[in-house]
Amino acid sequence: MKAVLVLEDGSAYYGTAIGKRGEVHGEVVFNTSMTGYQEILTDPSSSGAIITMTYPLIGNYGINADDFQSRGIHARGIVVRELCFSPSNWRSRDLLNAFLVENDVCGIAGVDTRALSRHLREHGTMRGIISSVEVSVEELAERARSTPLPSDEDLVSQVTTEKAYVYADGNGPDVVVIDFGVKEGILRALAQRGCRVRVVPATSKPEDILAERPDGILFSSGPGDPQRCTYGIDLARVLMKEAPIMGIGLGHQLLSLACGARSYKLKHGHRGANHPVQEIETGRAYITSQNHGFAVEFDEASLADVIVTHKNLNDGTVEGMRHRHLPVFSVQYHPEAAPGPEDSTYLFDRFLQQLAATGVDA
Amino acid sequence: MPKAEGLRRIMVIGSGPIVIGQAAEFDYAGTQACKALKEEGMEVILVNSNPATIMTDPEVADAVYLEPLEPEFIARIIEKERPDGLLPTLGGQTGLNMAVALAESGVLEKFGVRLLGTPLESIRKAEDRDLFKQTMESIGEPVAESTIADSLAAAFEFAEQIGYPIIVRPAFTLGGSGGGIANNKDELREIVGRGLKNSPIKQVLLERSLAGWKEIEYEVIRDAADNCITVCNMENIDPIGIHTGDSIVVAPSQTLTDKEHQMLRSAALKIIRALGIEGGCNVQFALSPTGFEYYVIEVNPRVSRSSALASKATGYPIAKVAAKIGIGLTLPEITNPITQKTTAFFEPSLDYCVIKFPRWPFDKFTTANRTLGTQMKATGEVMAIDRTFEGALQKAVRSLEIGLDGLQLDKLKDLSTEQIRQQLKVVDDERIFVLAEALRRGIPREEIHQITAIDYWFIDRIHKIIQMETTLQERLRAVPWTSWGPAEAELMARAKQMGFADSYLSRLLGVSELAIREWRSEHGVLPKYKMVDTCAAEYEAATPYFYSTYDQHDDARPSDRPKVLVLGSGPIRIGQGIEFDYCSVHSAWALQEAGYEAIIVNNNPETVSTDFDTSDRLYFEPLTVEDVLNIIEKEKPEGVVVQFGGQTAINLAAPLAARGVRILGTSVDSIDLAEDRERFEAFLRRLGIPQTEGKAATSLEEAMGFALKIGFPLMVRPSYVLGGRAMEIVHNESELYEYMKTAVKVTPDHPVLVDRYISGMEVEVDAICDGEQVLIPGIMEHIERAGVHSGDSYSLFPHQSLTKSQVERIVDYTRRMALGLGAVGLVNVQFVIEGDRVYVIEVNPRASRTVPFVSKVTGVPMVALATRCMLGEKLADYGYPDGLLEPPPYVSVKAPVFSFEKMNAVDIFLGPEMKSTGEVLGIDENADAAIYKAVVAAGGRMADRGTILATLADKDKAEGLELLRSFAELGYSFMATSGTADLLESAGIPVQRLFKIGEGHPDVLDAIKEGKVDLLLNTPTRGKIPERNGFQMRRAAVEFRVPCITSLDTAAAMLRVLQERKAGRALQPYSLQEYLQRFQSVGKYRLRHGLMV
Repeated sequence: MKAVLVLEDGSAYYGTAIGKRGEVHGEVVFNTSMTGYQEILTDPSSSGAIITMTYPLIGNYGINADDFQSRGIHARGIVVRELCFSPSNWRSRDLLNAFLVENDVCGIAGVDTRALSRHLREHGTMRGIISSVEVSVEELAERARSTPLPSDEDLVSQVTTEKAYVYADGNGPDVVVIDFGVKEGILRALAQRGCRVRVVPATSKPEDILAERPDGILFSSGPGDPQRCTYGIDLARVLMKEAPIMGIGLGHQLLSLACGARSYKLKHGHRGANHPVQEIETGRAYITSQNHGFAVEFDEASLADVIVTHKNLNDGTVEGMRHRHLPVFSVQYHPEAAPGPEDSTYLFDRFLQQLAATGVDA
Repeated sequence: MPKAEGLRRIMVIGSGPIVIGQAAEFDYAGTQACKALKEEGMEVILVNSNPATIMTDPEVADAVYLEPLEPEFIARIIEKERPDGLLPTLGGQTGLNMAVALAESGVLEKFGVRLLGTPLESIRKAEDRDLFKQTMESIGEPVAESTIADSLAAAFEFAEQIGYPIIVRPAFTLGGSGGGIANNKDELREIVGRGLKNSPIKQVLLERSLAGWKEIEYEVIRDAADNCITVCNMENIDPIGIHTGDSIVVAPSQTLTDKEHQMLRSAALKIIRALGIEGGCNVQFALSPTGFEYYVIEVNPRVSRSSALASKATGYPIAKVAAKIGIGLTLPEITNPITQKTTAFFEPSLDYCVIKFPRWPFDKFTTANRTLGTQMKATGEVMAIDRTFEGALQKAVRSLEIGLDGLQLDKLKDLSTEQIRQQLKVVDDERIFVLAEALRRGIPREEIHQITAIDYWFIDRIHKIIQMETTLQERLRAVPWTSWGPAEAELMARAKQMGFADSYLSRLLGVSELAIREWRSEHGVLPKYKMVDTCAAEYEAATPYFYSTYDQHDDARPSDRPKVLVLGSGPIRIGQGIEFDYCSVHSAWALQEAGYEAIIVNNNPETVSTDFDTSDRLYFEPLTVEDVLNIIEKEKPEGVVVQFGGQTAINLAAPLAARGVRILGTSVDSIDLAEDRERFEAFLRRLGIPQTEGKAATSLEEAMGFALKIGFPLMVRPSYVLGGRAMEIVHNESELYEYMKTAVKVTPDHPVLVDRYISGMEVEVDAICDGEQVLIPGIMEHIERAGVHSGDSYSLFPHQSLTKSQVERIVDYTRRMALGLGAVGLVNVQFVIEGDRVYVIEVNPRASRTVPFVSKVTGVPMVALATRCMLGEKLADYGYPDGLLEPPPYVSVKAPVFSFEKMNAVDIFLGPEMKSTGEVLGIDENADAAIYKAVVAAGGRMADRGTILATLADKDKAEGLELLRSFAELGYSFMATSGTADLLESAGIPVQRLFKIGEGHPDVLDAIKEGKVDLLLNTPTRGKIPERNGFQMRRAAVEFRVPCITSLDTAAAMLRVLQERKAGRALQPYSLQEYLQRFQSVGKYRLRHGLMV
């Protein structure tokens, strides 16, 4: 069945419908990771996005039972050059196409994804519609323009857990993870290090989070514009003073905003598994996994409390910060990988060391 | 970290001659590295014996030493040049070995030379099997368990520990004969039992068998500050068991989840850190197809063939970055040359699929064993890029130039399905085509997978290609071609996306190739060009590096500057090597200097020509009419240069011209005149120039009739070939009959050339003609007599023994032929001299393989001049005269280098069929010293005294005796079989008699195998039939690294060399620049302005 992807600026990309038939709108973005489509689709940070995979052959190794980052697909749609219908991998349980159908996700294949990515690079990510229903391009473009930009919505409230739960009951430090759209990978990283991991909703009250006197708190990654997540910023302001904190992705942005940073939307975001980040103090560089459309920056005043610890080697954007006086640090990228390089998993160790150190001090 | 202190002069060691397993990739890496070092303000001293390379151009390094890659020679250069540092990891295994030897012998310490980049300790850790194993174990990275067993009990004990399957290899047997894979205790008992018996030291090596596991490679870079990246990963389509150089490889990996990929990537980073490598390295893994288990197979602590491939596949210049790391820079400090804005610390993201396909020499080594295993046999490779796997695969196949334009091998059509099934079990160069045929026959994918262990993903992709064939044919049955319209355009687009060539479709659909092209054009099924930009379009890049694909949008925007297309020479193969890449590169540079935009089309990932900054634009495409025409239609160049890309480019000249493309320089008609036997004969008759008598025979009868007329011996070969493919000398009617019947297919379209064989001296000339004037930089004289292929001959420059009148005649003939042909550009002429007569053997109006050699030692920029002539300029514009230049006051010798060690069952007798894979240069003040250097550079180890095993053909006995007598005077002793032994004894020279093979022991093979022979002198009666004594003897010599001389002329040269050496003459190294400086004061005809880059 034919399908079309129409962007709000009226440009159209034709192809074949994959996944669920029908129509879906979202913010059209591109991801340059060559592997990891299962993780990317199921990462709650992908909420609201129609994801273009720049690697042309997608679905090669199918869908397996272990690599989910959450229970289902969070992306609204997927755009690929070619979808593989005969995957091969010993862990493969399902076709990507079947997985899309099960999750009611529309997609389009046969698109010149390089041309689309170039367009998004030049003009910025924008709203778009995938449709396998016969409607004119003009009509679809009009519809795309009239839909709200997903990041203007409160996406976090759509993905956060409804109830607090214990993910792992290790004997190590007690860590509360505030779920702004947490990835399984983050929880696993903590669990593997022996932590007791309690996951709480993003809208929790500080006193609930502190009730069990956690050793540390992790502000998780998640979707959308950090400024829409005012409750997250409020939490950050209060909790920073109460316990050692690590932030990832959206969590980093919320902590930064609480420290006086400004957030802004990147033209086409950072989505992929090859982003070079340098640790400013040591000069050491790391290849990181990234999946974000917003970034933060600090002005002179805010730098009184905060040190920018990491920067992106490509565009110089802030990739990490540390509070000068409080045991709080955060990174824009994903040290838990899944998908992407495992170069930065040491940050979890650093967090745990901090918990231990703070514990001794107390 | 800033550049290391106190570094100003850096020595770089190249990889020497092209041999199987070490090819053009090191010219690419070396050139890039030298440029990178100069960019950082370093003075570069380069040592490399290979004259056919760009890296040995005087412009690439500040001092270029074309000296043998032997520690004693390099030590002398170090003593003279006093470099501050030595960068050893860019010259392949050769460069690495030299550096290790120089470090271990204390030379580096003595002269205060720092070893740059990867430390010696790291190299040892990576290369020494035990140290490597220990290192891997210490960081918890698994290495396949192995042990040495000297009894069945020990073997059983090992099996108990690790389980089955187990590979068994008897120690020290030729080609590992007697080994095998044991799947259970019974098989182990049998194989080990046999192996222990076969092994001369009664030992077998046992190792866990990983046969059928996935072979995955990572290219990793690390700097001294411990920053690491992986440039890319690659998946071998052929599972473990076939050397990666002989495997079809895809990048990036296709069947790995992110989890598996990251697991191996992390392991690769851990390994490079543990080894402490500073620069690039390649890590190979075996990955279980059914689990997360993996083993580290091997690490190459240097740039390699794989790193060249990874560079071309991703756009990331590994060698350049490795060189900069070598002088102390860190990855974040190095600018990313692609974006010019970001740093070298990034990992490329691909938005296309890359396939590397090996090019094997079995078309030349027809008797060689085609089975593939752990010993690499490919001479070169091609790379293809597309947005689909199928497209990249089919493009790769047609880039190979093996007469195929798709996945169909004609000879398989005649086999029954059962035979195909059997054939699938054979692991050789044709397996992928057998696999395609198996799918065509409906053999189930499960069965194919079970036999080949090739991953289902790849089998299914090939199946899609086969299904498309069926779909197209079904559509043709439903809708006749003449009615194909817009409805079929979509189908056609899908077929083209899968890489189907028009020529293949033409056969499939039964219409002409042209009709398909025109139909496609009419229906808008046209290729688009996409950019290789390292970042999947995430950042704006300026890399002018493109591939075609049938997609929707085009990245390539042609400029409005005048432009010229240079056709490259495709994969390295026997007869068409790196020399033509050298020529293509220089032509592109000359075009740029002349104000044109130079566009290169080529598909060889190993070369300098496919470096993204060599030309203004690079199209990484197959060199076929269809693919090249597409680019021409896109770019609309002023013309196309075909003279420099070997036979590959020349073959495209006529079909391109027929489509209205302007061929620059010598016209297509002139090319045909030189190649068409009859036209050429008439041409020479008209000019009154004598030619060796010959005839183009279109049938057996015609050939026989001609033979009766002029008599034997005759030289026979098919027409229109390069590198003397399937050439032979026949001595009688039955040999001629056999050749005509079995060696070639004779048709009126493809006649067989039958020439009188003249046993005289061969002479070769490369000239440049501008249509009015002919410049001859010099004359080369072959040491081997005629009949040995010019590419396999020792070649002296300038000529040493020609008389004045012979020289005059050669110059006169060359001039008149070049002008008469209307040649514009390069002309290569081969002569044979018999007495006073100078015969023309052949004329090639194009670059020959000696052009880099002659350009280099004369300083005449031949390719640049030829290119300028093609653009309409004149030799006189650059102050060059008509005729022969004065000879330089030094002698250069080009020596062939062979890769016979890699090939089982190949006769190394040097006949008229070219067999060498590479060449080296010896340069010195006199011929003998130059010959000596050339022999040493070519790998010959000449001792001052020793034992010569001599077996002379009857015809050589008289001349040979005198030679042997002189060897005896030097102190050599002899071994011989009956005939030659009689000869020596009758002359009073003591000799130890040996039996011929099969007549008793000790025979000649025993003597060679027991290490009693230092030099084999064997002048063959005739080759070809492997059972003959000579064949087996020469084969054994190769296997046991005994120098083997097959012609009396070479033996005589060697004799003089040894006499020289005995006289105690020490050879001094001089750089090419120093030689040219001397010549400049003699010759008056250097370039007046900088033509060369």
